[in-house]
Amino acid sequence: MSLDKGTVKRVAQLARLRLDDEQLEKTAEELNKIFTWIEQLDEVDVSNIEPLASVTGHSLPERMDEVTDGNYPDRVLSNAPDRASNFFTVPKVVE
Amino acid sequence: MSSILDLDLASARSALQKKEVSAVELTETYLSVMSSNDHLNCYITSTPEKALDMASKSDHRINSGDALPLDGIPIAIKDLFCTDGVLTTAGSHILNGFIPTYESSVTENLWEHGAVMLGKCNMDEFAMGSANTTSYFGAVENPWRSDDRQKSPLVPGGSSGGSASAVASRLALAATGTDTGGSIRQPGSFCGIVGLKPTYGRCSRWGTIAFASSLDQAGPLTRTVRDAAIMLKAMAGHDPKDSTSANLQVPDFESALTNDVRGLRIGVPREYLLDGMPSEIEKLLETGIEMLRTAGATIVDVSMPHTKFALPTYYIIAPAEASSNLARYDGVRYGLRIEGDNLDDMYEKTRSVGFGAEVKRRILIGTYVLSAGYYDAYYLKAQRVRSLIKQDFDLVFDNVDVLLTPTAPSDAFAIGENDDDPIKMYLNDIFTVPASLAGVPAISVPVGLSKNKLPLGLQIIGKMFDEELVLRVGGALEGMAGFKSRPAGGA
Amino acid sequence: MVQLLKGETGEWEIVIGLEVHAQVSSEAKLFSSAATKFGAEPNSQVSLVDAAMPGMLPVINKECVRQAIKTGLGINAKINLFSVFDRKNYFYPDLPQGYQISQFKQPIVGEGFLEIEVSDGAKKIGIERLHLEQDAGKSIHDQHPSRSFIDLNRSGVALMEIVSKPDIRSGEEAGAYLKKLRSIVRYLGTCDGNMQEGSLRCDVNVSVRKPGEELGTRCEIKNVNSIRFVQQAIEYEARRQIEIIEDGHLINQETRLFDPNRGETRSMRSKEEAHDYRYFPDPDLLPLKFDDALVQAIASDMPELPDAKRTRFIEEYELSEADATLLVEERETAEFYEEMAAGRDKKLSANWLGTELFGALNKEGLSLAESPITAESLGRLIELISDGTISGRIAKDVFVDMFESGEDALDIVERKGLTQISDAGAILELVESVISDNASKVAEFRNGKDKLFGFFVGQVMKKSQGKANPKLVNNLLKDKLG
Repeated sequence: MSLDKGTVKRVAQLARLRLDDEQLEKTAEELNKIFTWIEQLDEVDVSNIEPLASVTGHSLPERMDEVTDGNYPDRVLSNAPDRASNFFTVPKVVE
Repeated sequence: MSSILDLDLASARSALQKKEVSAVELTETYLSVMSSNDHLNCYITSTPEKALDMASKSDHRINSGDALPLDGIPIAIKDLFCTDGVLTTAGSHILNGFIPTYESSVTENLWEHGAVMLGKCNMDEFAMGSANTTSYFGAVENPWRSDDRQKSPLVPGGSSGGSASAVASRLALAATGTDTGGSIRQPGSFCGIVGLKPTYGRCSRWGTIAFASSLDQAGPLTRTVRDAAIMLKAMAGHDPKDSTSANLQVPDFESALTNDVRGLRIGVPREYLLDGMPSEIEKLLETGIEMLRTAGATIVDVSMPHTKFALPTYYIIAPAEASSNLARYDGVRYGLRIEGDNLDDMYEKTRSVGFGAEVKRRILIGTYVLSAGYYDAYYLKAQRVRSLIKQDFDLVFDNVDVLLTPTAPSDAFAIGENDDDPIKMYLNDIFTVPASLAGVPAISVPVGLSKNKLPLGLQIIGKMFDEELVLRVGGALEGMAGFKSRPAGGA
Repeated sequence: MVQLLKGETGEWEIVIGLEVHAQVSSEAKLFSSAATKFGAEPNSQVSLVDAAMPGMLPVINKECVRQAIKTGLGINAKINLFSVFDRKNYFYPDLPQGYQISQFKQPIVGEGFLEIEVSDGAKKIGIERLHLEQDAGKSIHDQHPSRSFIDLNRSGVALMEIVSKPDIRSGEEAGAYLKKLRSIVRYLGTCDGNMQEGSLRCDVNVSVRKPGEELGTRCEIKNVNSIRFVQQAIEYEARRQIEIIEDGHLINQETRLFDPNRGETRSMRSKEEAHDYRYFPDPDLLPLKFDDALVQAIASDMPELPDAKRTRFIEEYELSEADATLLVEERETAEFYEEMAAGRDKKLSANWLGTELFGALNKEGLSLAESPITAESLGRLIELISDGTISGRIAKDVFVDMFESGEDALDIVERKGLTQISDAGAILELVESVISDNASKVAEFRNGKDKLFGFFVGQVMKKSQGKANPKLVNNLLKDKLG
């Protein structure tokens, strides 16, 4: 298997990372090395092996349906890089 | 060099309780050596005012007879733990200026035990690295110097490099770290100190910035095994805010330190002896085996056949989780934002500028292994192999009580070395990653010096939630190894 | 019923599947303890978890799990004792984590079905699954020329996504399915069903095919927020697709938006980018496991659902299917009906509730809960009709009074002296006086102009100010005129 520049570009777009042409080239090369190394997993026979769901085997704890949080817009917005009154803002989205 | 700095945590605790030294005095001493050792770059943020305020409150409690277990103990916090009102960076530019309005559960526990915060430690960006060279705030230096004088300065290991270097340099009595694939144990080994990764679920992950959620676990970096036991007791505990936190009582780890290993069965997995590994690592392991045998333990040769697949498995699972965990850094609610022409432009500019090369690399790996058409071949396959690795541990622990292995395949290397070869860098974690994937506890204890006169550690791995035995064997090993060497640098 | 559309090349069948997002009725959110109430100040009902602050972790709300199980039982579905929460990864400003916690491969509820009643009879619509997931926040695009505003109040609210099989064949069936589903969740109290506030939203998948052929390419119409719009959107979209195919083109699988002002669907360009959600199990959560005892406990605590109630109303109260269907659609209506009809004339009660009370409420724009006439009070009016105290005619006047004043029927009847005259002697006097006043009409009647009978009845009733017992009037008139 080999990752071409196009694949790296698509993956980068999915992850909202921007790579220029040169970076794409270099990254494709690096990732190819890493995936070639990862492919030693092909040696492992995993037929009939379930994927690991959790290391502890505990079941999911549940909480009660009670309102005990929220009601602090200032804390929510205190680190906002840009805000308008109590809203976060982003460049306008056209739907 | 002030002798007060020579006190380990347990001794400082007793000196404080006996009022031989005040918390403020101890804290001031640490603050002063911190500022004269800036070049080591252990801290991203120091918090002297907060430290002195906490110390004087500790003194007040000590003087009024209400001393808490860790009152007046100055410690350093890896900058992955969110701290209320104190800049928290994860070693990344993307969190630019981020000041949490909340305190992580682990640090909250420490403050409730009376500990004093000196500052926030440098680390590999988002805990991704094995040399502490990926931090936006620059590399951290190891206080140890190689005998080969050309080779300097050295890395402290990673990702908890700032924490490890701070403890080894006497710039903190102890520090918190986090370990996802070896990030406490490997820097512990490189810096000649003790590093303990507890069982997954022992310490809450709430308020600790996530790298790989199924692997991340907080733990202490300390000068001694006893100090590690004391720190873990304060850090651990069930947290209803973390669904993966174990609902178990926290034992008194310190009382497990009996040094008695008689009758214990200690496994040495043959798969941890690698071709081409430096002979001094093998020799170190032999030394450890001999010590424990002499002390009355039975050494058992065991096999864990899937060991060699742990690292590639880890490099699928950890990046996959990271790619998703790091999606929240989008310039909208906190941290860095680079404005753009439209939404996607803003996202891409922000994330491209905000994340460093190694983080981007892992996001890309993770995004790829989860993407349509590759999920089964990579992510699902890796989770199946992870089951097999876990099974290796389950089976071997039917036969032995703990495992003994090297912590890292080498001693500390120079800053800049291995930076251009990701795989070579990843191989640093070859001995630490299997325990991370299985979730079991493991400790690294300094046992000897390499031919370059650099510290080397051995690792004790235990059963799920059996930190007590891990600490007991670690303590015994520590006692027999009598590792007393000190680094050239630091306070 | 199955609706076939005529195109230039013959008849086309519409194939429809619905994905309904129903907001779970709960105090707090699915994975955080912030409130879920509608209409709060921006970003006030947001916890640090909902804002995806670094290091925040989800903990599941027990009640939401129970509500999902309950709903699953209500749609005759298999409850999965083991299910898994996955992350659905995509970037959007109202999705703070950069992923939505949802259930992908192993949902909490599996296959089920609903029965709907349409013009050509009953039909079973298959349900593929029901899963729990987080709602997103809200993006507001019309407040600023160059910025969109983000409010995270809804972020993290629990939703049940209920996915039907592509078993629906017309707008009518889609409407009936939605009404039935809405009715069930409201009966169960698992969702308030309020489409205006967005508690119930619907994505519609539409494709067309020649009857008997393979499924065609479908388009997904997002977020349609009323039953009427769903029907309009289906109609428009089916015609659009038929035209494209008959013109020799292919349908482009895409996401579309329904514009209620134009009654059209249009392509959503912003969603055209190829999706790759990279689902994987959320490592912050463990698999959701519970035992059958929990399911049994919830099952034993289920209210009677509309289908069962409808059957019972038909059998027990001898109501027509149409009346029964109408009465059971809303739980409140059915309960109102049962209270008013208890020990009274069932059919008469159904008519008065369906025609008079709902007529008056609709005119005033009131809901049943806001009705000035209680079930018990309307029931007493039915009693007065049944026992002959007042006629149906007078009852209508009394009803108007009751609706205005809230006064009890009997009080009005007594105060206004409206009690029906059932004394044959008194009525006979009136009958005789009418006959003697209208000699020429009596003659015409006797010569075969039967229609005039109604005129005599009217005259007698008029003389009695409407109070005469109509049955007696009829009998006596027949007697005297015959």
